[in-house]
Amino acid sequence: MKKTLIAATLAACGFSAQAQISGDVVKIGFLTDMSSVYADIDGAGGVEAIKMAIADLKGTAAGKKVEFIFADHQNKADVASAKAREWFDTQGVDMLVGGTNSGANLAMATVAAEKKKPFISIGAGSSALTNANCTPYTIHYAYDTVALANGTGGAVTKAGGKSWYFLTADYAFGAALQADTTAVVQKNGGTVKGSVKHPLNASDFSSFLLQAQGSGAQILGLANAGGDTINAVKAANEFGITKTMKLAGLLMFINDVHSLGLKTTEGMYLTDSWYWNQSPEARAWSRRFFEKMKRMPSSLQAADYSAVTHYLKAVDAAKTDDADKVVAKMKDTPIKDFYTTGTIRKEDGRGIHDMFLMQVKSAKESTEPWDYYKVVTRIPGEEAFTKLADSKCPLVKK
Amino acid sequence: MNKKLAGYAALFVGIALLPALGAYPVFVMKVLCYALFACAFNLLVGFTGLLSFGHAAFLGTAGYVCGHALKIWGLPTPVGLLLGMGGAAVVGLVFGLLAIRRSGIYFSMITLALAQMLYFFFLQAPFTGGEDGLQSVPRGSFLGLHLENDLTLYYVVLAIFIAAFWLIYRIVHSPFGQVLTSIRENEARATSLGYDTAHFKLLAFVLSAALAGLAGATKTLVLGFATLTDAIWTTSGLVILMTLVGGMGTLVGPMVGALVIISLENKIGDLGNWLGDITGVAWFNSLGESVSLVTGLIFIVCVLAFRRGLVGEAMALLERKQKPAA
Amino acid sequence: MTEIFGTPLPALLGQLLLGLVNGSFYAMLSLGLAVIFGMLNIINFAHGALYMMGAFFAWMGLEYLGLNYWFMLGLAPLAVGLVGIVIERTMLQWLYKLDHLYGLLLTFGITLVIEGVFRSFYGVSGQPYQVPDQLAGATNLGFMILPNYRGWVVVASLVVCFAVWALIEKTSLGAKLRAGTENPKLVQAFGINVPRMVTLTYAGGVALAAFAGVLAAPIIQVSALMGSNLIIVVFAVVVIGGMGSILGSILTGLGLGIIEGLTKASVLGAMFSAPFNAVLGEGNIISRALMAMFGPEGSSTVVFVIMAIVLLVRPAGLFGKEK
Repeated sequence: MKKTLIAATLAACGFSAQAQISGDVVKIGFLTDMSSVYADIDGAGGVEAIKMAIADLKGTAAGKKVEFIFADHQNKADVASAKAREWFDTQGVDMLVGGTNSGANLAMATVAAEKKKPFISIGAGSSALTNANCTPYTIHYAYDTVALANGTGGAVTKAGGKSWYFLTADYAFGAALQADTTAVVQKNGGTVKGSVKHPLNASDFSSFLLQAQGSGAQILGLANAGGDTINAVKAANEFGITKTMKLAGLLMFINDVHSLGLKTTEGMYLTDSWYWNQSPEARAWSRRFFEKMKRMPSSLQAADYSAVTHYLKAVDAAKTDDADKVVAKMKDTPIKDFYTTGTIRKEDGRGIHDMFLMQVKSAKESTEPWDYYKVVTRIPGEEAFTKLADSKCPLVKK
Repeated sequence: MNKKLAGYAALFVGIALLPALGAYPVFVMKVLCYALFACAFNLLVGFTGLLSFGHAAFLGTAGYVCGHALKIWGLPTPVGLLLGMGGAAVVGLVFGLLAIRRSGIYFSMITLALAQMLYFFFLQAPFTGGEDGLQSVPRGSFLGLHLENDLTLYYVVLAIFIAAFWLIYRIVHSPFGQVLTSIRENEARATSLGYDTAHFKLLAFVLSAALAGLAGATKTLVLGFATLTDAIWTTSGLVILMTLVGGMGTLVGPMVGALVIISLENKIGDLGNWLGDITGVAWFNSLGESVSLVTGLIFIVCVLAFRRGLVGEAMALLERKQKPAA
Repeated sequence: MTEIFGTPLPALLGQLLLGLVNGSFYAMLSLGLAVIFGMLNIINFAHGALYMMGAFFAWMGLEYLGLNYWFMLGLAPLAVGLVGIVIERTMLQWLYKLDHLYGLLLTFGITLVIEGVFRSFYGVSGQPYQVPDQLAGATNLGFMILPNYRGWVVVASLVVCFAVWALIEKTSLGAKLRAGTENPKLVQAFGINVPRMVTLTYAGGVALAAFAGVLAAPIIQVSALMGSNLIIVVFAVVVIGGMGSILGSILTGLGLGIIEGLTKASVLGAMFSAPFNAVLGEGNIISRALMAMFGPEGSSTVVFVIMAIVLLVRPAGLFGKEK
């Protein structure tokens, strides 16, 4: 803290040519779930991705060394919040990256805004980060529930899946996914035949699936995540649901497909921001990731790399790690890398880029390990994410 | 007696001086809140002999009620804290009425199941914010002191802790406390002496719940949010561990236990990296991901070899030293 | 089509059958817990983790040794039984003279360690485990299509449960076990090795859990956390049934599985709210509360609600004996 003051004073005295880096180091902090339900989709792989990003930029930005610390928030918002606060106060962290768990990310965003430091949220799905809970320092980089709903809901309905039945996890996230997707389905001329709520972490879905089958809908929308989605898909196969209904996973990652296997998931629809096999650049980066982690990266891990690279380049360009200047630079600079092509919206920090509706290949179509998806439709960023006019962010002037 | 009071005074003065010595105030405040939680729990398990496996319910209830009062209703901070405490006491009354009917292991199972029910209720109820939790709870001001400043809040929290600790001290050393101890030692005997043990147990339960609620409300004030983690059953397990490690049935034990466990939770990643560096064994670096594994090992070691906890063992050691071979 | 409280009869029968499947798991797990509690006076919190271990051993057997499901159905319980012997000899035996509390805490610690180890090696997404070929496919029962494997689960669990019950209640070995619970010193005086019986009882109890785990592997993802979600419900089942009662836990487990099934099918909720709907009209607040407790969303808590009611009415549990 003192050093920033001295640096600022010196700068005011005309040493403005010198890079104004607080503490003489650009320090990045990363908090994610490394040991619990979301450990596979981000976790240690995310740490590795960020390390790759720093190494690829030779570990320096604006002439100063880049340091990286990370910790496991164990899916607890209080651990995340306390650690973030401690890092900002005592470790001189200049920028915070948020991994999985919406609750933890919302808590981190609050702390970052209080301490006036940039916060890039990658793993969280809650659209509240750029809506009701938006701050000038929050950047929501990769995806959110609105984009997923617009993607899977909209594209699947347009492609002919007109009647839907929802299997929803009975908590706020599940309800939001269902509500968002319902709105999109109906807007595109589809109908929702019914829905059933299941308790979180239910192990047995047979009863609920039986009810879904009875509805006669074409599409079974899975408004849940993680273990619930996996168990539901398994049971759906067992009970022959997949013979009469197509499954749409509203929040699924490649790790979920990997753990279920192609036999169980083939034909499923899901929306994601990136797939490792979608382009030569993506493939090249993913092979590097595979060398280290022995599995292919999820879209979140790729986004970790991309976001940190974007931040460091902005620090380089602005020649400072001053939060306001760097955030402005990040919002000014378009993103163009193996992960995505897009921008960060100035008003609310929402990352706007294309999303893709994917369908899981059958075992026959898959040519190599982890070759799971084929891209069905591209959903342009402006359509996928919440429009400014609909935003509930207080910073957006109407 | 005076030596003990002097000891406590010295302890609290020490804690008051911690920020000046470079300790990070928010971390110490978090430890104090959990220490209060553990002390409240200890009132029930250490002094009355009732193992509640659902104490997180009180922490969570108070956290949500206080957070709601401060953020949504905009009530003054002291009122928010009291409402949190009250909420926890009410839940404690309901749980207690159901649980006291059974004893021993059944009592524990009932408290566990009731707490689970409450957890699922919190998960679905809109006012808790579900998975996201209740965020951005304002700190407000306490008797004219603005709490935005970490240091000011620190002393307020310390004052609250000392007041609650003093209350527990008085309860334990009162006739009421003696009856509780007698219930722990031999309930049948206490009944035969004419005491309505159910009445006493219920009162102890509600007191313990209310003080746990105070800890939860204060924690929400310090950290600025209330989440489901506060009400989940593993948090109940955590407070049991804190009390066990520190020393059940001692007044200071839970404080020590809370310090050890919270520090562990926070620092285990760093500890792992340090161990990895000095021993060259790479596995230690992944220790940060294994908080529950280490917690489990501590549980096992404590139960098998270290039942009296740190403070309990220390006190036993002191007693042995003071009584040379009789 | 006849409808019972808004659910067509075929659907209802289907839900009942599915409830029976779940009930089989509850029955087996609570049976193991009841046996261990009856004999050792220890609440085995680690039951869920050992159930998970059984499932994992089944997966590992296939993955690393190429041993199929049928082998592992016998092998995994044996392996976990061995683990149980180790746990009992090295840790549990020191706690018998102490308060119940310590046994619970120790096994809680063991749970954390076991889950932590499996999690650090295998992550949490879970491993897929296919239904064995002989049991694949489904049978059309007319009112629903039942996957054959689920039918097998019911049959296998019922057979095992009643075999264990018969062993304990009807054989001389069982008599010795029961005697050992009531008066270990006297039984020891008869020349029966009580400590060994105790060890083998623990091993047997956890082997049952592992058997349930192997049965569960093709149905749910084999993951490090699969036991922790289940164990608390199983505790509630045991409390409702009455701890230490073998038949009680089996019947309660099955019964609760069925009730849960009815809850998920909205039948129970509809049943309870029907009178209120008739008097106060649809959508009244009492009905809504009842649906929340006994409807599909409440399926995770209905067991606890029932537990609270049973404890108020019959504190010893449905089949328990007041000590």
